[in-house]
Amino acid sequence: MSILVIAEHDNAALKGATLNTVAAASQIGGEIHVLVAGENCGAAAEAAAQVAGVSKVLLADNAAYAHQLAENIAPLVAELAANYGHVLAPATTNGKNFMPRVAAQLDVAQLSDIIAVESADTFKRPIYAGNAIATVQSGDSVKVITVRATGFDPAAASGGSATIEAVGSAHDAGISRFVKEELAKSDRPELTAARVVISGGRGMGNGENFALLEKVADKLGAAVGASRAAVDAGFVPNDMQVGQTGKIVAPELYIAVGISGAIQHLAGMKDSKYIVAINKDEEAPIFSVADYGLVADLFDAVPELEQKL
Amino acid sequence: MKVLVAVKRVVDYNVKVRVKSDQTGVDLANVKMAMNPFCEIAVEEAVRLKEKGAADEIVVVSMGPKAAQEQIRTALALGADRGILIETDEELESLAVAKLLAKVVDEEQPGLVILGKQSIDSDANQTGQMLGALTGMPQGTFASEVNLGEGTVDVTREIDGGLQTVSLNMPAIVTTDLRLNEPRYASLPNIMKAKRKPLDTKTPADYGVEVAPRLKTLKVEAPAERQGGVKVASVDELVEKLKNEAKVV
Ligand SMILES: Cc1cc2nc3c(=O)[nH]c(=O)nc-3n(C[C@H](O)[C@H](O)[C@H](O)COP(=O)(O)OP(=O)(O)OC[C@H]3O[C@@H](n4cnc5c(N)ncnc54)[C@H](O)[C@@H]3O)c2cc1C
Ligand SMILES: Nc1ncnc2c1ncn2[C@@H]1O[C@H](COP(=O)(O)O)[C@@H](O)[C@H]1O
Repeated sequence: MSILVIAEHDNAALKGATLNTVAAASQIGGEIHVLVAGENCGAAAEAAAQVAGVSKVLLADNAAYAHQLAENIAPLVAELAANYGHVLAPATTNGKNFMPRVAAQLDVAQLSDIIAVESADTFKRPIYAGNAIATVQSGDSVKVITVRATGFDPAAASGGSATIEAVGSAHDAGISRFVKEELAKSDRPELTAARVVISGGRGMGNGENFALLEKVADKLGAAVGASRAAVDAGFVPNDMQVGQTGKIVAPELYIAVGISGAIQHLAGMKDSKYIVAINKDEEAPIFSVADYGLVADLFDAVPELEQKL
Repeated sequence: MKVLVAVKRVVDYNVKVRVKSDQTGVDLANVKMAMNPFCEIAVEEAVRLKEKGAADEIVVVSMGPKAAQEQIRTALALGADRGILIETDEELESLAVAKLLAKVVDEEQPGLVILGKQSIDSDANQTGQMLGALTGMPQGTFASEVNLGEGTVDVTREIDGGLQTVSLNMPAIVTTDLRLNEPRYASLPNIMKAKRKPLDTKTPADYGVEVAPRLKTLKVEAPAERQGGVKVASVDELVEKLKNEAKVV
């Protein structure tokens, strides 16, 4: 049976996590269709049609889907799901928001955050903040799945030539309304897609000091992240949090600065290829996962690192 | 307005669990249990609504083993008025929890249902959204701010790119993120008082809900261990290693 992938996009462009999700779908096997639901989202649909491995794009262009309200998107996806064996979405805050609503509407379980495909009905997913990996099998007729992007290398963004088909049905539940959005603007790469990530923790002391990390990030083309403690203390905005309940990253290089290494933080970054830790406490648990640990005061070490890179 | 809060009994967040050698699950024998941290935030939010006069009754519900009474008592000590334990030794998936909650919602008719965004054991992040589908209520997930209006509630949500605010018709569902509030501790007198607050015990059968799991766990393994690396003595050595050994800069 075919697989339906729900695209993550901002109406104009596809978000990277869509490509990882298509990659997961191709491991399951079967024709891959992509749903682009939004408003004036033709450009995103065009982009989806180029993705390698995709044979059809369903375009649901309607004001009701403009802000991805779960109350409106879920009934659309549930309706389309009747024709598919699997429905996949990226495990982003958006995917996490509407997919369980789809699953419940279909009266099926949801598999959250899969990191591997074992077969068409069996998947691996982390539990207990990544301290255990469960292999789970679903007997449901439609498998509703969210995909952890770091578990799958992205499908190629080009090379495909899918047809685009308009989906007419408009679901406007009329029970929720978009009010506003405050999106962080940054010229840096997205945290979840960056090749290098440098994150600061409580040890940074305040928000201004994050400028030290930004200078290093500029040199390395890195994204800047943070621990929960740094976000809670108001040093930086919430969208920078890495961890069990923040963003999951797996860059080639992760530099943890003034971060102790609580299990909830490790859950978000321990699959990075190389980990560097800079911490003045040589007992800090972060050193147990770091390939290169530097016991030093960050206010000395980080400026020096920036200079010497 | 009545507020319904769902609390789950889970392994304490400080515990680093170990996988059982036969790969059937994680070892929970003699492990400290606690209220799911996101549920503590849910209880706190409800209590604050009551303190502001926006809520007049807080009903707290938990599903699980008899011992989940402890988490309900904790919520009662924090300010909830009454508890419901739906007792079962079955391992409940989010869908089953949502179905039971939908029945409780039907009975209790709350204006607001507050849940955690995620259980820290299953890391599912599903129940509130599923309850939304089953009841037809709107949802404000991953909330960092909740403001009641006239028949509506504005919820500010933590999303990947920053913050989003939605306005929901009531009754509505809210799931809590970490920054919604900072939960208080229960005082000793309140812990004593909580013992006398009503706690009803039911079973899934009382609600006519089938709770057998849909997913089969074939095995549970430990994640690949990371090899602890080396300590470098200086920034120079670090840069040298990054350039020549790891070749990542
Ligand atoms: C339900 C739940 C979910 C959570 N989710 C997350 C999550 O997603 N992400 C997350 O990160 N956390 C999460 N946490 C929080 C986590 O448990 C820790 O509290 C948090 O990660 C600690 O952040 P930190 O390492 O910055 O702070 P701390 O633990 O306070 O560590 C600060 C470190 O900085 C070092 N330091 C201080 N000054 C200097 C200096 N001048 N130079 C060098 N080093 C210095 C110290 O030695 C220390 O090791 C969660 C907790 C709960 C309960
Ligand atoms: N067994 C349970 N009893 C009561 N509430 C639950 C239970 N399981 C999940 N919940 C609620 O649903 C939230 C999200 O859980 P989950 O979908 O399992 O990640 C939790 O924070 C609780 O508020």
